[in-house]
Amino acid sequence: MSIPSSAERAQHNLVSMQHIYKTFNPDTVSEVTVFQDFNLDIPRGQFVSVIGSNGSGKTTMLNLLCGSIPIDMGAIYLGGKTLKGLKEYQRAGKIGRVFQDPSRGTCPELTILENMALADNKGKVFGLGRGVNRRRMDEYRTQLERLKLGLEDKMDIPVGSLSGGQRQALALLISTMTPIELLILDEHTAALDPNSSATVMELTDQIVKEKNLTALMVTHNLKFAVQYGNRLLMMHQGRAVIDAADAEKEKLQMNDILEKFNTISLELGNSL
Amino acid sequence: MDILLGLLVNVLEEGLIYGVMAMGVYITYKILDFPDLSVDGSFPMGACVTAVLITAGVNPWLACIGSFVCGAVAGCVTGLLHVKLHISDLLSGILVMTGLYSINLLITGGQATMQFYNQNTIFTSGPAALLPEAVKSYRVIIVALIAVVIVKVLLDLYLKTKSGLLLRAAGSNAQYVVSLGRDPGKMKIIGLAIGNGCAALSGGLLSQQTETANIASGTGMVVMALASVIIGTSLFRRVKFIKATCAVVLGAILYKACLVIAMQLGLPTNLLKLLMAVLFTVALVSNNLVSKRRKKQYVDPVQR
Repeated sequence: MSIPSSAERAQHNLVSMQHIYKTFNPDTVSEVTVFQDFNLDIPRGQFVSVIGSNGSGKTTMLNLLCGSIPIDMGAIYLGGKTLKGLKEYQRAGKIGRVFQDPSRGTCPELTILENMALADNKGKVFGLGRGVNRRRMDEYRTQLERLKLGLEDKMDIPVGSLSGGQRQALALLISTMTPIELLILDEHTAALDPNSSATVMELTDQIVKEKNLTALMVTHNLKFAVQYGNRLLMMHQGRAVIDAADAEKEKLQMNDILEKFNTISLELGNSL
Repeated sequence: MDILLGLLVNVLEEGLIYGVMAMGVYITYKILDFPDLSVDGSFPMGACVTAVLITAGVNPWLACIGSFVCGAVAGCVTGLLHVKLHISDLLSGILVMTGLYSINLLITGGQATMQFYNQNTIFTSGPAALLPEAVKSYRVIIVALIAVVIVKVLLDLYLKTKSGLLLRAAGSNAQYVVSLGRDPGKMKIIGLAIGNGCAALSGGLLSQQTETANIASGTGMVVMALASVIIGTSLFRRVKFIKATCAVVLGAILYKACLVIAMQLGLPTNLLKLLMAVLFTVALVSNNLVSKRRKKQYVDPVQR
């Protein structure tokens, strides 16, 4: 089997990160090299869970993809097109992102209704038309009812007064309201209590399946990583030490992962 | 009694006129969280532009629009300095404020004050001339009130549009605007344009009332506007039917009243600016105290 060319990789995958290099604080004492020739391809429709210890490069990977931080070298393609030179807000058109911090995915000053109306307008012109289209109200209400959090009766309440779990569920709904190509979940259940985090995770899975989204989820919850998605990636020092998709992932047990985790930390302990 | 009535008329006249500026500063300071010092320059700019336009025989209402547009351009410059050149918010304002001093002199042709006595102003011509004789002494209040209502309604309508909602989002969570595929920097520039436009309009209205434009009239305007915004929004926060735009105008009137009362009690004119600064400090500190207590009172007002 021949090695696919860069163009082929970009063509056949929704996301293709090729030969990525990233170093933080170069030429200083606090220099940290996160990626050296990192590669990742995600075919359309895949739900990838990413696990790994702190500093393994999970969140850096998401930030590079979204354009929150600049890349040193390498190329990133989304839907066959390069993301080079595109600012974060320009990339956001095709990417939905849910953050760890529930307050980042919604606007606390605006009401639920206003937040949804803004999200509904994503990709269109934000002109001098009426901000909230009352005719879309029923549609918003139906969507909120799916969350089963009773938010449909609180549509005129500022989002800032909702609980973290409610906000995160809303942020998830909002990020997938308009058609997107890629959903990025950045430890989106980490700040929630066990109950809310299970609800939000269940909801995520529903939405991803129903809208047939490609998703990239970073999580510290091994159970979620094993239970959800059809590909599991374990990162360590800027590389994927486990990369199991479909059938191979099905076979993967929690113990295998824990074992790998332990070997890594042992290695680290020895090397220190 | 006549003196008291005269004072009240004076407070309302100037309070309403400064209220226009307070509404603009409400947009930049409260909504965008941007302490905009360029207001000190755009306020006299509006006065100068109005003086030049009215002297040239332009319709005074058109002169108002002219001063708004010039102020908006100044606001755009502040925004561009901050967003595109990454200069801090305070410094961008100071740069524009300083630069505007020269620009304003250029506008007036080098004069520090510019009089336009006996010219048509919005307070003497047009609709104001049609007011019955009985209310003639209140014509400034009436016309200023009309101007305030027009600005307030337009701002309220704008804040409900898609662009307005995005502006509010840009102020409270820029990341959310990014997620919507929009540039929050652009919304900041728009907000600053509106804020400085209102400040310039306010300066233009004041110059039409006094029939003079003074280059130095901008000193202390930021403090006055911020004080009005803080007094207004903290006092009337609980009152449901008073919108923030209305509250800040009331704040401006209250602030003006405090100044007038102090002057009546015999405060020397030279200490006026000091008093403005002290009043602002009091407003800030009491606002902080109130919001601290409120936070303790309820953690979550809606979750019942």
